[in-house]
Amino acid sequence: MTTTTATRTTTDPATIDPSRRARVAEAAYQIRMGVLEQGEAQGEGYVGQALGIADVLAAAYCDTLRYRAEDPDWEGRDRFLLSIGHYALALYSALAAGGVIPREELLSYAADGSRLPMSGMATYTPGMEISGGSLGHGLGQAVGMALGLRQQGRDGQLVYNLLSDGELNEGSTWEAAMSASHWRLGNLIAIVDLNGLQADGRTAQILGGEPQHERWAAFGWSVQRIDGNDLDAVLAAFDTAIANATVEGQPQVILCDTRLARGVPILEAKEKLHFLRVAAEEWPVAMAQLTAGYQAADYQNEEK
Amino acid sequence: MSTTTATVTTPQRSAAMIASIADAGVPTTSAPFGHALNALAARDPRIVGLTADLAKYTDMHLFAAEYPDRFFEMGMAEQVMIGAAAGMAAVGLVPFASTYSVFATRRAYDFLCLDAAEPKLNVNIVAALPGLTTGYGPSHQATEDVAILRGMPDLTIFDPADAVDVEGIVPAAAAIEGPTYTRLLRGKVPRILDQYDYTFEVGKAKVVRPGDDAVIVSSGLMTMRALLAAEKLSSEHKVEVSVVHCATLKPFDEETVVAELDTDRAAFTAENHTVVGGLFETVAAALVKRGIGKKVGAIGLPDEFIDAGALPTLHDRYGLSTDSVVARVLAGLH
Repeated sequence: MTTTTATRTTTDPATIDPSRRARVAEAAYQIRMGVLEQGEAQGEGYVGQALGIADVLAAAYCDTLRYRAEDPDWEGRDRFLLSIGHYALALYSALAAGGVIPREELLSYAADGSRLPMSGMATYTPGMEISGGSLGHGLGQAVGMALGLRQQGRDGQLVYNLLSDGELNEGSTWEAAMSASHWRLGNLIAIVDLNGLQADGRTAQILGGEPQHERWAAFGWSVQRIDGNDLDAVLAAFDTAIANATVEGQPQVILCDTRLARGVPILEAKEKLHFLRVAAEEWPVAMAQLTAGYQAADYQNEEK
Repeated sequence: MSTTTATVTTPQRSAAMIASIADAGVPTTSAPFGHALNALAARDPRIVGLTADLAKYTDMHLFAAEYPDRFFEMGMAEQVMIGAAAGMAAVGLVPFASTYSVFATRRAYDFLCLDAAEPKLNVNIVAALPGLTTGYGPSHQATEDVAILRGMPDLTIFDPADAVDVEGIVPAAAAIEGPTYTRLLRGKVPRILDQYDYTFEVGKAKVVRPGDDAVIVSSGLMTMRALLAAEKLSSEHKVEVSVVHCATLKPFDEETVVAELDTDRAAFTAENHTVVGGLFETVAAALVKRGIGKKVGAIGLPDEFIDAGALPTLHDRYGLSTDSVVARVLAGLH
């Protein structure tokens, strides 16, 4: 990592290598399929959010993060904090795609005695860094980890925190945002899933958070805002963030506009997407749609 | 009830945030926490300090001056301070984080519970102004901090009586694999336990002073008051009082305490805390669990918001002064 932020580099999404994109797209497909399998096992869950964030997690766990699948506690790893604990099934699926947990274990999601509880908990799951069900906790812990790693001279490691737009309602998130820029945590990268929906309805109506770019910038962060379901944009944003990561400098945030239930039209069409309850006969349809969409090729880039 | 005037000057200043809890003639040690933390940090490089804009008022300023590179001023933001302390512990450091008790408990409970306790991280909260140790009013009087925290699994709770306890707690807390909460006494802290055959030990209640007529189970600064009251009861009333000090409130040493209470002596608990949810109820539960029916008088703060005012006045008004303890024991003997 560099030690200054004098010149920032930006990766152009158009320069992303097609074979790299194809590899991550395959991972995103696997993650989505794993999400549907977990959803089918329980008949319900936070499936919409998980499908929406799958492209970001695919880029993180199958391209970007430094970790050892066979040794999830490896000291030299990057830290990826899931403060939105209800997205756990998405992270479980990503951990399976990354080889940290066995793929078949996903079917135990939310079952009695499972290592994969409905809300993500650090003490249950290998590779789950924090227990994130209570919102607004991740970024503060990320601040401490980034400070602690720097304190110990472990300058090569980065701390990521995946948050959601609903989580930005919590004041503690903004305490942490202030703290990160005050401490010049250039080794900290926040990722915010802007899916626009929370428990009681549209985020814009519950407690609107726009303009997001300006808010984070005003708190001293370096901001990128991307289409979180555009794989080239996601990969370029990670490349940009890592190129600009510093031992001491501006913390960075990647704001990701995502679409709930992305990649599965039968679910995207549903009205109640915050917590999905899906009829048994709909799951095979959802899986078939996901596969058809993936095989139709290049759907990640359809809006280009 | 206020019969001694030795410590009283008039007019009483009521607005002081920090007031002395030392009775007249009791020796004190200045900032025992800060000195103990520095001593520990000198031999353990993992020790770091954090505060939420209260370094000067929690004796953390001594650490900040000695170890500026290991000190983190987190600002008036208790939630992120505790979250960040958990993050530091997760990457191998041993943080001590200081603020006032009210803010650590009422304001940042969720963060202490989920970020530190559930993953059993070595996060050490040192919380000043526990119970009634300021006349600043309910915003700063943590009269229910133990009641709030006792239900939190895996949290160790310390309630030191004096500087001797504080000096013992600091290295002990760092050695515990899990979070700790210490009801910090700061500034000029009374030093009284070294006059007795006493050593601090995690999780142990100690009979500091024996006595055949009555027994007081106490914690925190009320142990100091209980000991002073016991000396006075002995010399002035020929009443011998046993004092059992509980420096660790959780895990609680039920065996020692129950053994002392299951006798014919008049029994009391004494705590710098509301009588709801603190030492008294901890002791009561221990007795009930063993099927022991025993009358125990609860010396502590009432279940109400405490007045603002001068601390000596308030301790008298709410029954925490040495003379109040003397009166309660005498009344309980008849």
